[in-house]
Amino acid sequence: MEVGPTGRYIYSDVDLDQHEGEIIEELKAHSQQPLPDPDHWLQGKPERGIMLTSVEAILNWARRSSLWSVVCFPACCSFEFIATAASRHDISRFGMEIIRASPRQADLMITAGTLTWKMAPSVKRIYDQMAEPKWVIAMGACAISGGIFQASYGVTPGYNHIIPVDVYVPGCPPRPEALLYGINMLQNKIAKAEIIKK
Amino acid sequence: MTLVLSTEKLATKLEQQLPGSIIKSNKDNLLVNSGFLFNLASFLKTAPGLEFDFLSNITAVDYYDYFEVIYQLTSTKHNHSLVLKAQCYGRDNPVLPSLVSLWRGADFQEREIYDLMGIKFEGHPNLKRIVLWEGFQGHPLRRDYLSW
Repeated sequence: MEVGPTGRYIYSDVDLDQHEGEIIEELKAHSQQPLPDPDHWLQGKPERGIMLTSVEAILNWARRSSLWSVVCFPACCSFEFIATAASRHDISRFGMEIIRASPRQADLMITAGTLTWKMAPSVKRIYDQMAEPKWVIAMGACAISGGIFQASYGVTPGYNHIIPVDVYVPGCPPRPEALLYGINMLQNKIAKAEIIKK
Repeated sequence: MTLVLSTEKLATKLEQQLPGSIIKSNKDNLLVNSGFLFNLASFLKTAPGLEFDFLSNITAVDYYDYFEVIYQLTSTKHNHSLVLKAQCYGRDNPVLPSLVSLWRGADFQEREIYDLMGIKFEGHPNLKRIVLWEGFQGHPLRRDYLSW
């Protein structure tokens, strides 16, 4: 093998091909039998992999851990909602990073904004289109009571006049931390739900 | 910068064209006899040297005794602007001529004024409520409207 002017070895293509061939031949010679699958730990006693709980707890855990929110952004609270969903506050930590445009694929409505009576039938229709089980978080002063527009001729004084609300998050608008706390409260509420009827 | 036209010179010119059309020429606006409003607006739109081809805005004010509707006209050709005011009386059935046939931009704004102030625009092709819903009682931007 030659040494070049900078002190490095000069490899020829023939040398490289030959070296590669030696590596392949050596690996092939040592790999005639398949390796055993790493499943020896599965051979233990059966009780190692079993946890006893109720069906209700499992169902509630599944439901509260992946709340998919429907788009209901009539006014300015939506920007705090968007900030909550974006990377800094990261709503996906709670299993709900997907904001569905279709109510049929959603089970949570976060009502981010002032509702006018002219808009109210559309919101009620979206709520009715959502599949059971479904929950509602009233986000911000307008969603709770109409806020500063409560006495207005055109504003619905609170979403609870048209749809049932599970959690109220006050603020004008609420900070993302407040909304996340409200989502946590809703998750605690879902955890206590009785879903199996005797 | 858009030039605001001198209303005094313009008022004389308009008064020659349509006698009796200008009630009062204020510093920066013209108070127009509402009976002449359509003809005057039509003249302002087409007259050489004026050519107000763009209706920037319409708004209305409730002064208890009468309603005043304010038109802001702009000429994109000559880059000048003008403010017209017209008054209409009566709280039951205040009426003004519609300017939709001159400027299409008047369509939604006249409907909004009809909706919130209750001023009827004669000649409007589709005069119905735009912000509130059909069946709403009253016109909420009127001073005597009480919502609670």
